Amino acid sequence: MPPPAHNGPAIEFRDVGFRIDGSRELLHGLNLEVQRGETLVLLGRSGSGKTTTLKLINRLLAPSAGDVRVSGQSTQEWDVIRLRRMIGYVIQEVGLFPHFTVARNIGLVPQIEGWPAERIQQRVDELLQLAGLDPQLASRYPSQLSGGQRQRVGVARALAADPPILLMDEPFGALDPITRAELQREFLALQQRLKMTVVFVTHDLREALLLGSRIALMEEGRLVTIHPPEEFLRSKEPLAAAYVDAFGAALDSSGKRGPS
Amino acid sequence: MNFWQFVLHNHTEMLEMTLQHLWLVGISTLLAVLIGIPLGVLITRWPRLNKPVLGAANIIQTIPSLALFGFLLPAPWIGERADRLAILALTLYALLPLIRNTYAGITGVDRAVVEAGRGMGMTGRQLLFQVELPLALGVIIAGVRVATVISVGVATIAAAIGAGGLGEYIFRGLAMVNNQLILAGAVPAALLALLADFSLGWLEKRLQPR
Repeated sequence: MPPPAHNGPAIEFRDVGFRIDGSRELLHGLNLEVQRGETLVLLGRSGSGKTTTLKLINRLLAPSAGDVRVSGQSTQEWDVIRLRRMIGYVIQEVGLFPHFTVARNIGLVPQIEGWPAERIQQRVDELLQLAGLDPQLASRYPSQLSGGQRQRVGVARALAADPPILLMDEPFGALDPITRAELQREFLALQQRLKMTVVFVTHDLREALLLGSRIALMEEGRLVTIHPPEEFLRSKEPLAAAYVDAFGAALDSSGKRGPS
Repeated sequence: MNFWQFVLHNHTEMLEMTLQHLWLVGISTLLAVLIGIPLGVLITRWPRLNKPVLGAANIIQTIPSLALFGFLLPAPWIGERADRLAILALTLYALLPLIRNTYAGITGVDRAVVEAGRGMGMTGRQLLFQVELPLALGVIIAGVRVATVISVGVATIAAAIGAGGLGEYIFRGLAMVNNQLILAGAVPAALLALLADFSLGWLEKRLQPR
């Protein structure tokens, strides 16, 4: 089933609520639109509902209220396998298959989609290059890679079948600062080339400002504000201001925020 | 006559008994693998079945082997031949380690790996056969290893119902108060157990995911 022709937003949340049976509400009355080709950053503390929001998009979770729509169609109506295969997914723990080589990890979606072997091989080579990985790493196992290399493989794997949408859940959170900055820069360059629709979860304001075309601030399962980066810095909303304050020193030194 | 002389004189019979023993253990372990691994997978998919299935296997494990052989005696078709009976009882005994290890192996697979697989659109079957089972294989083989070693021991008791195997010597020796005869059954049985333990342990190590 091809994605239906659709000119609206790539992803829409309509009054979405989520609760696990009998426990507290993790998400409440969420309304959100992700435009095609933008990088929407979900910013918030641990437990604010960012990851839940992300998992509602590829239906690892199903909403208990409201409707999540991808390409104009409710995720409840999507064939869930088709839906997930057109959405790249990168998580902090990377989740590479430890018993597969790098090449097999990257080629996984093409393989289960039934691509012919030589086309997979070709695609894997392309992706290794795209992700800045030495082609010699193709035959290694994940345990033989550094943290940064693993996350690069994770991104390459998510991009394998050219998904129009990419979900990233704190993908660079576990990396050392230098590797993180490197991957952020490369991701930015990649995104400018590929123009995917990206939803990016982080609790790092600096990362949000660097990568996001818009920043959605979440707290206790609700959307607080949503602004482009420059406006976010000027926002009068108390929580947003608190965030900017908390990161103030770091932002000053990174030169992101003009001279005070 | 010492033990070695006994072995020299009776090596053909001993070999026959050992093969019989291997047959009982081999067939029952194979059956237990065919039943236990799917059951172990099943209870990872329907957690509600977890307790009853593991509970039942646990209870079977607590039945003394001699009593279990006795219980099964009146069963139709099975009860007609001693080796069928022995194989059934040994299979039942081997189920617990197999079910438990399959369950533990699959639930022990790194959650991030499973989630990544699901998020990429792997079907349940692809996830099971390409990710979960291969990564659980080491733990599952450890279960086969435990089951086999237990079976080699319990199978000696099958001789009490006339199923043959190395237990024959042990029971004969007990009746005749003849240590040579007891050893003629016990030593090869112990060697079989060690051999099974060693070879399956080697396999387990080889199959451990990196």
